[in-house]
Formats: sequence, C-alpha cells, structure tokens
Amino acid sequence: MPSVAISASRLTKRFGDRVAVDGVDFDVEVGECFGLLGPNGAGKTTTVRMIHAFTPITAGDLVVLGLRVDDEPVAVKRRLGVVPQEENLDPDLTPWENLMVFARYFDIPRAEARRRAADLLEFVGLTSRAASPLDELSGGMKRRLLIARALLNQPELLILDEPTTGLDPQARHLVWQRLRALKAQGVTQVLTTHYMDEAAQLCDRVALMDAGRILRQGRPADLIRAEVGEEVIEIRGDEALHRAAVAALDGKSLRWERAGDTLYCYCADGRELLPALSTLKPAHLLHRPASLEDLFLKVAGRSLQE
Amino acid sequence: MPHRWPTRRAVRVWERNLTVFRKYSLPSLIGPSIGEPLLYLLGLGFGLGTLVGTVGGLRYVEFVAPGMVMSSTMFAAAYECTYGAYVRMIHQRTYEAIITTPLSLEDVVAGDILWGASKGAFNGTVMLAVVGLFGLAPSPWTLAVPVIIALLAVLFACLSQVVAALAKSFEFFNYYLTLVITPMFLFCGVFFPLESLPRWAQGLARFLPLTYAVEATRALMRGRPSAQALLPILWLVPPTIVAFLLAARLVRRRLIH
Repeated sequence: MPSVAISASRLTKRFGDRVAVDGVDFDVEVGECFGLLGPNGAGKTTTVRMIHAFTPITAGDLVVLGLRVDDEPVAVKRRLGVVPQEENLDPDLTPWENLMVFARYFDIPRAEARRRAADLLEFVGLTSRAASPLDELSGGMKRRLLIARALLNQPELLILDEPTTGLDPQARHLVWQRLRALKAQGVTQVLTTHYMDEAAQLCDRVALMDAGRILRQGRPADLIRAEVGEEVIEIRGDEALHRAAVAALDGKSLRWERAGDTLYCYCADGRELLPALSTLKPAHLLHRPASLEDLFLKVAGRSLQE
Repeated sequence: MPHRWPTRRAVRVWERNLTVFRKYSLPSLIGPSIGEPLLYLLGLGFGLGTLVGTVGGLRYVEFVAPGMVMSSTMFAAAYECTYGAYVRMIHQRTYEAIITTPLSLEDVVAGDILWGASKGAFNGTVMLAVVGLFGLAPSPWTLAVPVIIALLAVLFACLSQVVAALAKSFEFFNYYLTLVITPMFLFCGVFFPLESLPRWAQGLARFLPLTYAVEATRALMRGRPSAQALLPILWLVPPTIVAFLLAARLVRRRLIH
C-alpha cells in the first residue's frame, strides 16, 4: 500500500488573469490529517476542489490515491468523500432518504446501503432524526449528516472544506470528536479552515496558505517552536506602556511586536520576564503558550488583505 | 476543451428526481402542465367550437385536440427544466453534491434533461389518453403519437435547460415562457391552421418545432399518416442535439470554477 495519499507539485489554478493557486507543492501521507490554513481567498477551497476533480487543474501535477486526477476523475471520486463548505443536502428528503439516494450514485446495492446508512447515522448521532424533515435539523446536525453522506462509499480519503464554520461550540466539538474517531480508523483527511484552534485540534501537519501560495508547512508544534518560540506574553495598553515594557524586557524577549493596543513578546520561557513586566501594572497581561495563530500572523502579516 | 459525453450513470439523477417527485407528486400532476391544456381543450374546443363550426372538415374540438397533447408535453418539459432544474442547480446545489460522486456534470445535466423530458412525455401521454376518452382520436395510428411526444419532450427539455443555465433568477423564465413558449403555443397550428396566417408568419412558423409535431400528430390521430406529414418530425432532432451540447457547456461554465 502506498504511503502517499496526495502528491501535488507546482499545482496551479488560474481564473483568467487571477492566480488562485500559485504553484504549490505538498504531500499528504496515508492516515494523516492534513490542514490547509489561511484567510478567506487564500486558495484553500480551490486547492481541495482540484483534489476532488471539481476544478480542472491549470498547470502542475496532482496525484490522488495513486491516480492522476486529470486522467481518472471518476476513479478518484469513487474512492474519496467530500464534505462541502456550503450545505447541499436534498431539502425535500429526510436524512435517511438523503443517504439512500446518495448511495445510488456509487452503485451501492440497496441492502448494503441500508446497513451503511444505519451505521453512519449512528456514528454521527442522528439515528433518532433519521425520518425528520430536513428543515427541522440544526446547522450542526446538517453538518454531521454531510459527514455521514461523505462516508457512504467508505472513502480512503475524506476532504472537508471548513467543516465547522458557522457552528456553535458544542456542535464544533462534536464534529471534531467524529473526525478524530475517523482518523483512528485510518481515514486520511484533508481539511481547510481559517480557525487555527481547529487545525491545532485535528491536524498532524498543516500548510499555511496566503494569496495562492503555501508560506510554511509542517507539524504545528515544530512550526510554532521554530518561528514563534514557546510562549507569548500579551500586554495591552498605550504606547508609553509598551515602550516601558520593551525597556523592561531589556533584550530578554526573543522578539516583540506591536499591533494596535497590544504588545506581543515572544520568548522561550515567559516566567523570567513576568516580574519585570508586572511592575508596570498593565490592565491586561496574559502569559500563554505560542499558537498557530501567532505563527500565521507572523508569516502572513497582520494587515487585512482584500 | 473536448466535449464530455454523459454516461449511463445519468439514470441515477433521474431516479433521484423520481424519489423526490413521489413525495410531492399530486400538486405537480394536477398543476399547470395537465390542468391548463385540459381547460383549453374543454373551454376552447367545446365552448369556442360551437361558434367556429368546422376547421378543414374537423369539428373544432377535434382540430384542437392534437395541439393540446403536444402543448401539454411542451409546457411540462419546459417548466421542469427551467424552474425545477434551476432550483436543483442553483438554490439546492444538488448538481455540486452529485458531482462529488462518480457522476460527471454531463451525467447530471443529461439526467435532469431526461427527467424533464419524462415529465413532459408523461403529461403528453395522459392528455392523449384524455383526448382518446373523449373520442377525439379515432384512428389506431394514434398509438404512434407517443413517439412524437417523446421527441418533443426531449427537445423542450434541452432548450429549457439552456435557459436555466443562463438564468440569473426566476424572473428570467418569464421572458422564455412569454416570448418563446407562448408564441409557439399560439402560432404553431394548435388553435388554427397555419394557412390562416400571413405568408411571412407562415414562413416563421415553419421554423418552429412545435408546428411539425402538431401536424404529424393531427395526421396520425385522423388516420392520415403521409410521409409529407410525418418526415418533417426529423427536424426536431438536430436542434435537440445542439441544445443538449449547449446546455452541458453552459452549466459547466456556470458551476465549475
């Protein structure tokens, strides 16, 4: 069995003059959860749409499950599942009927489809809603039903485009639990998200995208440690306070940065800096581990790009 | 870009639409597509017919009946592949959902067209049965009319799918129904013989596919199946192919990016 589920090299997508994906390279290993991170418009969705043979490739190579997507889109689609960003369930059908109708597209025999639909509704916790009208389902339930639908063909690779956008915290955590359970079963996952905490919760490796390019990729912890450091101290206040804080740090911080009313000090161990900073009595002083969000803001910048 | 042809998997889309239709069948059955032509047949055929007398040797209701069968086919296919297809393609994102499976977009378009054509053919056949029950189709050749119904249904399903692929909103369909479908309904020999029109208008009507379908159906129902009446039916085929290819291409251009 090959160890690489997806191999993209110089993968490019242009829409007219606009370059949506600009020659990206990445591999996804079998069994891992790979995250494409970045702001809206970074090219994440276009990238996954090329993977599931929705969007034709402009240039470069894309091999999914050992098959060139360009040459064998049907064979690729047979072996993967897609959870779309925008809900596209059949609103006239119940959850059960949605699954049974979708199973036909994969030529799954009826008896087998019934068995899988029952198992999957159980898996996503919708058994009691199997016969409910679709408009009685919450956003979180619909998202879980989309996940169940994407699993009908027992895919080797599951693609999730912003799987929890718009969900409340309970619904998000429920989706995360199901995705981790799938990973434990060996299903390779590629997900896009602009929530860095989601990537930290789910992804073995991430690629940070911005403006069609991959800026960094690797294990979240490695990337954070290499680029941001171990810990961050946030100090909120006016410019005078920030200046006093920088003076107090006296070069002991690895790096510091001002953004609006907040001073961010990146360091290996914040505890040795805290005494000096607390004497300034800032209104808000937070000492926390460095996160993917710090990394992203460092490599992509803080300014809003429209 | 080379054209992609649909496969047998298109039938899956047809089955999906049938599953949905079976849950909501009654309103669409007694809806405009059968109800309206039936009302025209009763109102114009029997009502207006008492004033008109005979047309070309036929009682007026006998003259109107073939056109009612064809127009109910046309309307049903047109409604399904405009409003119905648009809802699936744009509002419900059904096309996008299906093409994540082994089906291609061409399969989906072909399946949706097949479905619209089936609804057209079904409605036309029901109208044919009604007309037969009224004794307005005395010839055994009437049994061949479903072939014409099928050809016309597929043509209007394809044409309407083109319109759905271009539509920005439901309002767009008013233009199509008012400026394309209704004029055919009125000027293709459904209500009066083409010869009643000025010569230039007859020439125009000769470009419209419904004209040939109505004339051939009338010939069959009256038991006069001449080559002159039947062969022009073949003119329905080329525009069907062109419209299908155009519909597939326009849907692709609209959805795939």
